[in-house]
Parts: sequence; structure tokens; C-alpha cells
Amino acid sequence: MAQVTLRKVVKKYDEVEAVSAIDLDIADKEFVVLVGPSGCGKSTTLRMIAGLEDITGGEIAVDGEIVNDVPPKDRDMAMVFQNYALYPHMTVYQNMSFGLRLKHFPKEEIEKRVQEAARILDITDLLDRKPRQLSGGQRQRVAMGRAIVRNPKVFLFDEPLSNLDAKLRVQMRTEIKRVHQKVRTTTVYVTHDQVEAMTLADRVVVMNRGRIEQIGAPNFLYHSPATRFVAGFIGSPAMNFLPCRLEQAGDGLNVRLSDSIAFAVPAERVQRYRPAAGKELTFGIRPEHLTEAKTNGSKNLATFDAGIEVVEPMGNETMVFFSISGTEVCGRIDPNAGARVGASMKMAAHLDHMHLIDNASGRVL
Amino acid sequence: MVDAAISDVRELSTPAKRTGMRRMLQRKSSIAFLMTLPLILLIGLLVLYPAFYAVHLATLNKSMQRFVGLSNFTFLFNRETFWMVVRQSCIFALTAVIFKALIGFVVAHFVHNVPANKQRRWRGILLIPWVIPPAMSTLAWLWLFDPSYSAFNWILVHLGLSPVAWTGDAYWARFSVILINVWFGAPFFLIMYLAALKSVPDQLYEAAQIDGANWWQRIWFVTLPMMRNIIAITVLFSTIVTFANFDIVQVLTAGGPIDKTHVFATWAFRLGIQGGDIPLGASVSLFMFPILAVCAIFILRDIRRRGNEAS
Repeated sequence: MAQVTLRKVVKKYDEVEAVSAIDLDIADKEFVVLVGPSGCGKSTTLRMIAGLEDITGGEIAVDGEIVNDVPPKDRDMAMVFQNYALYPHMTVYQNMSFGLRLKHFPKEEIEKRVQEAARILDITDLLDRKPRQLSGGQRQRVAMGRAIVRNPKVFLFDEPLSNLDAKLRVQMRTEIKRVHQKVRTTTVYVTHDQVEAMTLADRVVVMNRGRIEQIGAPNFLYHSPATRFVAGFIGSPAMNFLPCRLEQAGDGLNVRLSDSIAFAVPAERVQRYRPAAGKELTFGIRPEHLTEAKTNGSKNLATFDAGIEVVEPMGNETMVFFSISGTEVCGRIDPNAGARVGASMKMAAHLDHMHLIDNASGRVL
Repeated sequence: MVDAAISDVRELSTPAKRTGMRRMLQRKSSIAFLMTLPLILLIGLLVLYPAFYAVHLATLNKSMQRFVGLSNFTFLFNRETFWMVVRQSCIFALTAVIFKALIGFVVAHFVHNVPANKQRRWRGILLIPWVIPPAMSTLAWLWLFDPSYSAFNWILVHLGLSPVAWTGDAYWARFSVILINVWFGAPFFLIMYLAALKSVPDQLYEAAQIDGANWWQRIWFVTLPMMRNIIAITVLFSTIVTFANFDIVQVLTAGGPIDKTHVFATWAFRLGIQGGDIPLGASVSLFMFPILAVCAIFILRDIRRRGNEAS
């Protein structure tokens, strides 16, 4: 049970800055996910928290105590590695009890904790096996068991699901969430998979090029991304980005996407966007906010005609792809809306969910 | 079974033209046998024949005219020098192997921690003792050990110590031959252990670090278990080679002073070739076999039982 605080933490390899002065406060019992593309510094950040990497600058504190120079073995953290890093010469029981044995816990206590963790993870039958006799999912459970028995201050996960097949990954994701609900421990989890980040996290930290782009609850990040990077990274299929111009139209504002398509900005946003009037911007909208035009049209819908180029039925919904002035756009429509390739379709953009992005700074206005 | 089935099918497709010889050559097992035949012949010629010939020789009298049964062996058992040679061979092999393994292990760790771009250079330098033919390098050592003009004694005298009779005193002579053997053999362990160290995934050490293991515990609980098989094999291999060592002892001391540094091979040479009693020499050298066989059985059984644990 602990809070973890990062203050202006920097990591440099020679002259290359892998992590640039990041600040992060992780509350007690919180599940924080660091997410970003490869090379964004998320793993390095995790390894600095663990003590496996030196810190070039700044400080890391656990419960207010600075741990910059504390070796990993004294930080009381447990880590689950991408390739599990189980000791191949030890049985599952020995693997799980290793940390406790090193700390000279009494035998009965070790037995109790291992059995308890094995019960939580449903691996009681595997305790006598060697890692090579286990499947990927089972190894993953053992690696988690090894972390749980320690009852550490902080759990660290370094892309723990990347080596599993798609189905098992979904299953283990739920498992990790379930375990965290049972064993409430501060958790830092690193992944490049935004779905994992969204589903697991209390708070998501989106990183890019060694910096934190945005921190927030999953739904908040989804609906109110701070930057174009976050807007594009979170959500699948990704948000559509279209070049646009913001035009003055009487009292209101117009977003002009092409010569023929222009939308009126919803009245409640006019104030917010007014300073950017006349500028070239990027218009962002998620596929689910580009639907077929319905007759019971709600407020702030802008309808337009689109020539459908590709149709991807998913069962519960259908993805349609079309072009707006040369840019490919994805929309999500009802499977019964009757989308046909080559046909023109009346589409509606839900402008309550639109984003305007400043091209120079990449920030969402 | 499969082979037979395949040849049956062939027979059907190309009716009874082939001779029996041809058909036999077509079978996979025959081809395999033919391809291994050169090796089988080589082993027969260079290993099995000499081994059995040595057993045969050991049962003859000095002039190799008469069969004398086991009397060569009973003669040896009653000679004090023989037991001294047994003892010296064991001390020589055990001490040398232990120190070679220890030094190899420690130095392998140092080299492992050298940055990758400089590692090749160090590996090359450290391999030199192993690359020089030991008969030649021992000559160099012989000069270093020379009682009156040697570098070692010169240094000792300048440090105010009394010079040492490196090859003249029985204990120092034993120390010297072991020292040279360790110097010659340690690089082999170094290279094997370095390769083994590189095959241990870094994440295991990181996991152990996070589990709370200090440096020593990481060696004990991660490195050593992961290297156990390679340690067992190198120790077995080196024990065999060291036990049968000839050149270093022969060049440095030739068994002296007063037979105190003789090992099986040099004593067998002294009795058989230089002393002209080939059957007796053969009997001496045969003694290495049971000792090494027992050693090999234990080590190999241990390796087999554990299997390959690197998953």
C-alpha cells in the first residue's frame, strides 16, 4: 500500500533523452496504466520506478520517501515481466516462494501465502511443476502469483500480456482486473495496447516521445483528449482527422471541410472556438459519431452525402469508408442501414462530439 | 517399418528389375550405416584396437614373450611408487580442475561485464595460454622456474625473500606443475562459462533483484543452477584430460624429484618406453580407465536426470 510520486524524472542514454522530465502522482491502491507506442519511454519509466534503471535527473518517491538510490531489492515492489522471467530450475512453488525465502519468512507463513495466492489464481494443481511444463497463460499466472505472495507496496507490470494469443490476452486481462479488485495494491502497468489501458486502468497515462501527453480516467481521455496524439491513439478504429477551416458565419462559426461540406459549430462551443476563427485547423471525429442520418434527428447533427467505398460488416455494427476531399474517413453505422459499395449514402456527423485541433501545437481546442 | 513400406511401393512401381544388393542400398538404414562407416572404422582403428591391445600387452611379461596373467598388476600393487603415483594423479587432477573451474568462473564474470565492443579483445588475450602448445609454454615456465637465473627467484630475492627450488623441492614441484596446468586450462573454462553466462536471460537477474536477492544470492540461486549442466560437463571433460596429462609434467619435471610429481601417463612412459617394460607401462596406464569411468558415470547420470532445464 503506497503512493508513488515522480518529480521531473529524466532518463538519458548518452545524449538521447528517453524520458523527459515527467511528473506523475500515483495514489494508494490506484491502478495506473502507462500507454504509448514503442519507444515512448513507458517501459523505461517503469524500470526506473522498479530501480532497474538509474535515474538521470529528478526524483522518485514512495510514500514520500525518495528512493532514487535504493536498490531494487529494498524497494519492496514486485514486477511481472513480459516473458514472465520464471526461474526455469525451480518448481512453481519455489518460484512463488523465492522472495519470501530470501527474506527468511517462517515456513508456515510461506506455505500459507503461496497456497492463498495459488487459490486466487487457480494454479493450486501446478505448484509442483517446472515452468517449462506450463502453457503461456499458466506461466503468466505464476508470474503474477510470485508478485502477489510478496504482498509488496507496489505491483509493476511490464507488458505482461504481449506474449499471449489474442483470446488468452482478453481472458488474462479480466483476470488481472479481478486480482486487483481482490488484492488492492498500488499498480503501475505498462502496455502499448490502448484497449488494455482503457479496460484496466483507474487512470491512463498516455506517453509519447518521452513525455506525458495526458493523464486521465479512461472515459475522460476518450471523450476529451488534450492533444491530437491522444485523440488518435485512444480508440479503435482511430479517430478521423480532416483538414478544415474555421469560418466566421454571422454570429456563429462554420467548419468548412471542403467546398461543398461545411457544418455550423454548435452554439455552446462558439465561444470556445472563436479565437481560432479564420485559421486552418484539423477536424477530428470518432467513427461512431459518423452514422447514417436518422429521421429522428437529434440536435447538432450535420448531414451530408457520402459515396461509400468499402463496407466492413462486424455483426453488431458495420464500418463504412468514404472520402471527404481526398481523405479517407471511417463511419460506424447500423448493420441494417443498407450500406452498399458504390452507393451514395446520407451520413450524419454528431457535432457535439467533434474536436478541433490546432495544427501548430497539436493541442485540442 | 516406414522404410519397408516405401521400398514396397517402389518395387510395385518398377517391377522386379532390381537386384537384392540394390534394394538393400535403397533402404534408409543401410544408407545411414554406410555414411557412418568411416567414423566407425576410425573409432575401431584408433580407439578400440589400441584399448584392447593395451589390455593384451598388460598381460605379457617384460620381453612380451609370455602370458603372465595379472602378475603385472600384483607387482604394481606391491610397489610404493605406484600408490604414490595414484595419489599424486588424484591430487594433481582434483586441485587443478577445481582451480581451473574457479578461476574460469570468476574471470568469465569479469569478461561478461566488459562492454561488448571491448569483450572480443579480452577474450582473445585470455585465450592465449590455451592456444599455445603446452609443451612449448611449459618450456617458458621452465625458464621462469630455473633456480639460479629465473625471473621468479630474482623477484623473490629482490623482495628480500629466499629463493625457491621450484622444481627441485617435491612440494614446490607439485605446486609448479599444478600451477602451469591451471594456467593452461583455465581459459577453456572461461570460454565455456562465458558462453553459459550469456545464455542466462537478463530478466532472470532483474526478477531476482526485485525478489530481494543480493549479488551473492543471484549467483547462488540463478547463475549456478542455470549453469549446472555446463559446469558438470566441463568438469568431467577437464578431469579426464587433466588426469591423463603428460606434456606439462614431462617437460617441467619429468616426474622428479625422485618420482614425486609423476602422474599415470608420465610414469607409464617412464616404465614402458624409457624403462623398456612395455607391459608394465600398459598396466599403469590402464588404471586411469576405472577411475575416470566411475567419475563419468556419476556426472553424466546427474546431467541426464535433470535434462535440459532452459525452457
